[in-house]
Amino acid sequence: MSEVLVLIDHVDGAVRKPTYELLTIAKRLGEPSAVFIGPAARAGGADGVTEKVKQYGAEKVYVVDDAQIKGYLVAPKAEVLQQIAAQALGNGGLAAILIPSSAEGKEIGARLAIKIESGLITDAVDVTADGVATQSVFAGNFTLTGKVTKGTPIITVKPNSAAPEESAGAGAVVEFAATISDAAKKAQIVASQPRQATGRPELTEAAIVVSGGRGTGGNFEPVEALADALGAAVGASRAAVDSGWMPHSFQVGQTGKTVSPQLYVANGISGAIQHRAGMQTSKTIVAVNKDEEAPIFELVDFGVVGDLHTVLPAATEQIVKRKG
Amino acid sequence: MNIVVCVKYVPDATADRQFESDNTVDRVGVDGLLSELDEYAVEQALQLKEKAGEGTETVVTALTIGPEKAVDAVRKALQMGADKAVHVSDEAIAGSDYVATSLVLAKAIEKIAADSGSPDVVMCGMASTDASGGVVPAMLAERLGLPQVTLASVVETQGDQVRVKRDGDTATEVIGGTMPLVLSVTDQSGEARYPSFKGIMAAKKKPLETWSLGDLGVDAGQVGLAAAWTTVEDTTARPPRTAGEIVKDEDGSGATALTEFLASKKFI
Repeated sequence: MSEVLVLIDHVDGAVRKPTYELLTIAKRLGEPSAVFIGPAARAGGADGVTEKVKQYGAEKVYVVDDAQIKGYLVAPKAEVLQQIAAQALGNGGLAAILIPSSAEGKEIGARLAIKIESGLITDAVDVTADGVATQSVFAGNFTLTGKVTKGTPIITVKPNSAAPEESAGAGAVVEFAATISDAAKKAQIVASQPRQATGRPELTEAAIVVSGGRGTGGNFEPVEALADALGAAVGASRAAVDSGWMPHSFQVGQTGKTVSPQLYVANGISGAIQHRAGMQTSKTIVAVNKDEEAPIFELVDFGVVGDLHTVLPAATEQIVKRKG
Repeated sequence: MNIVVCVKYVPDATADRQFESDNTVDRVGVDGLLSELDEYAVEQALQLKEKAGEGTETVVTALTIGPEKAVDAVRKALQMGADKAVHVSDEAIAGSDYVATSLVLAKAIEKIAADSGSPDVVMCGMASTDASGGVVPAMLAERLGLPQVTLASVVETQGDQVRVKRDGDTATEVIGGTMPLVLSVTDQSGEARYPSFKGIMAAKKKPLETWSLGDLGVDAGQVGLAAAWTTVEDTTARPPRTAGEIVKDEDGSGATALTEFLASKKFI
């Protein structure tokens, strides 16, 4: 069976959940081979990357030490994947390359597509066994299915696109020495400030997202308290970010994060098209807004016309009580 | 300094956007405009020019690809303050994917370079508001053999050194690069200016060229729907959400109803 390359999404060797979703999808297409570009020291051991991805079906784990790559943006990783793809093609075939649909992941896919003359599909929310990818476009108003018709399909897949399924893989480690060109080392990461841990789930991966907008008036406490009661991630509308109330990394919408959780609770958010683009595909949508004319109410499964500053704290109290 | 800013003419996101029967985006039946996200790129290009000052000659060239009406996108860029514009228009381009789009852009930039000097900065928006892939800047960098410094929220330059701040996926980063490079900017990079009356009048006299694929030496067989490396099999309008239950909060009833709803859906 042909290999399917899955680029592992991780922070300093801590594997992130989308990796397991990608491996689950990869099993439909062929034999999953995980690609770890990171500190080689984190590959092995009981708590290492190899052990983690094995549990989700990785038959092979390409380990590429990132000592000479770490400080650079996108281009070296595209070269690594190009070289692994060439080796896999020579071995027993390559069915597809799956990459997390993050900002960096999409750009890696973009450079790789040109390098290996292969078609690229971005932001897939599902991929079938025969390689048909589903995308949600035009602010979630259309669902589109498509296929790569040239070369090896390169598909970037959004978080929450599959429920991770455990299955034991061989996890055979292949230490891969990649050659990185000087040209790929021209955009440098000069400084990096890891995002402060909030103790809440990651916004794009969360099962529940509670967001606040202009209607919070800058006070996100009720939003955050409800989020914590529900075990949810906190999001914000562009209006709230532009007002400086929340950092841009919390923004849900066209120019922020796209989320597709089981439950999305929009508080004090009017529901402009730019915001809808980031949350319209959520399974269940709830809104609290003072303005009964707010367009967000056209989307909701349940809505409360009221002041979030009174509704949220009261609801939070009841939820906490019910949870005991 | 030479700056080329790539802009896209897109269907208005607030209008009723549709697909054609061949699954390509309807670019004629819906009013179009310069993509909002590319206005930020034009703005940053103009700010680079202004920072370079009067003494240095900086030329900002706005570049677009698209049907006849797409010329509106570069016209707007000229009105905002770009110096020159190029509109690549050819029926064969219709239905092009990211790959072909980046090819035509790269060839047009090579022609601009041959005609009036190599660009120091190729400026792009973070993504289009229609396909919203955000991959064309990286593809363009790959084709032009340039480094990419993308998704900048703050742009700083000193001579040929570029430093940007960006919100990465897991960290806030500072990225550095040396010109020439491809630079993309987000909507956080700063409000785009409105064309002034003077700017609108001046734009009418600025050079605006229309090039065909032949002018770029690109074979029609390399672009368009038939040459795409991906195919769209089906487009379906998402069924409208069925109207949900809306309650008015009176004396705390809203919170109780909300809690009941969440419990009924097993979220509690």
